Amino acid sequence: MIFVTVGTDQPFDRLIRIVDEWSKQNQRTDVFAQIGKTATPPTHIAYSEFLEPREFTERFSSADLIIAHAGMGTILSALRFGKPILIFPRIAALGEQRNEHQMATARRLSSMGKVNVAFDDATLREMLQQLDTLKPKEAIGASASEELTNSIKKFIAQC
Amino acid sequence: MTAKRKPKVIALSSGGGHWVQLLRLRPAFVDSDVTFVTVRPGYKADVGEGARFRVIPDANRSSKVRLAITAFRVFWLLLTERPDVVISTGAAPGYFAMRFGRMLGIRTIWVDSIANAEELSLSGQRAGKHASLWLTQWPHLAGESGPYYKGNVL
Repeated sequence: MIFVTVGTDQPFDRLIRIVDEWSKQNQRTDVFAQIGKTATPPTHIAYSEFLEPREFTERFSSADLIIAHAGMGTILSALRFGKPILIFPRIAALGEQRNEHQMATARRLSSMGKVNVAFDDATLREMLQQLDTLKPKEAIGASASEELTNSIKKFIAQC
Repeated sequence: MTAKRKPKVIALSSGGGHWVQLLRLRPAFVDSDVTFVTVRPGYKADVGEGARFRVIPDANRSSKVRLAITAFRVFWLLLTERPDVVISTGAAPGYFAMRFGRMLGIRTIWVDSIANAEELSLSGQRAGKHASLWLTQWPHLAGESGPYYKGNVL
């Protein structure tokens, strides 16, 4: 199963449209998408506007592959559970979010080897044709780096 | 405080990535008496039974009325709970927690989201300036008078 998610803040029609077209052309019936509140829902893939946290976790953990906007919640969960993930960042210039932080985050995390990223439509279409080659990145632990949690713990203990 | 009382901590954030990042800080709270505060009742499952959990309404810049309601709820929460420390990973509720925390003499920690990889968000800059401890998750964004880099949620 492929699980596509655009997060809870706003829809991401460009991503959903490309995945929907690809899924139709390739007669894929194993795609489920969380699409947000949009006026132009997909025609081929199964979808839901929003998912309750419990259902989100179920969909997420049973998926073989995640396709998502560059939301940190999704990226961290994919790294935590060792899921292959394909990231398609929102572009603020196209009205898909308020600033270009998804592009910036995707570039940084991609250069650290943490995620697979398609930065434009053509690359996304290409990568969809070779999904089988996507491997999970090195998994992260259950919590933040010790350096960070220890620094915070120390600060709290000072009171 | 008395010698044996655990520090009282409020760990607060909005939903999505902010919440996932906040949860990843949990080992920092093992010696504290922590209450998690966020915006969706469904997130209770993430903190498990036994952990204290409260819900406040979320808001963003698109609605001033909702922002005002969130601000009031955060203020009331801090006033009635009187934590020793309030920590947040964002967004709007966390900003209010930094402002009101400072007003009420509560020590505050702002952990700027790892999603701000090339520049701090405007709200992050504002929130950070009010925080007693201001952290970024990217070394290249650290500055001499904060934010400081002390690792990340990865």
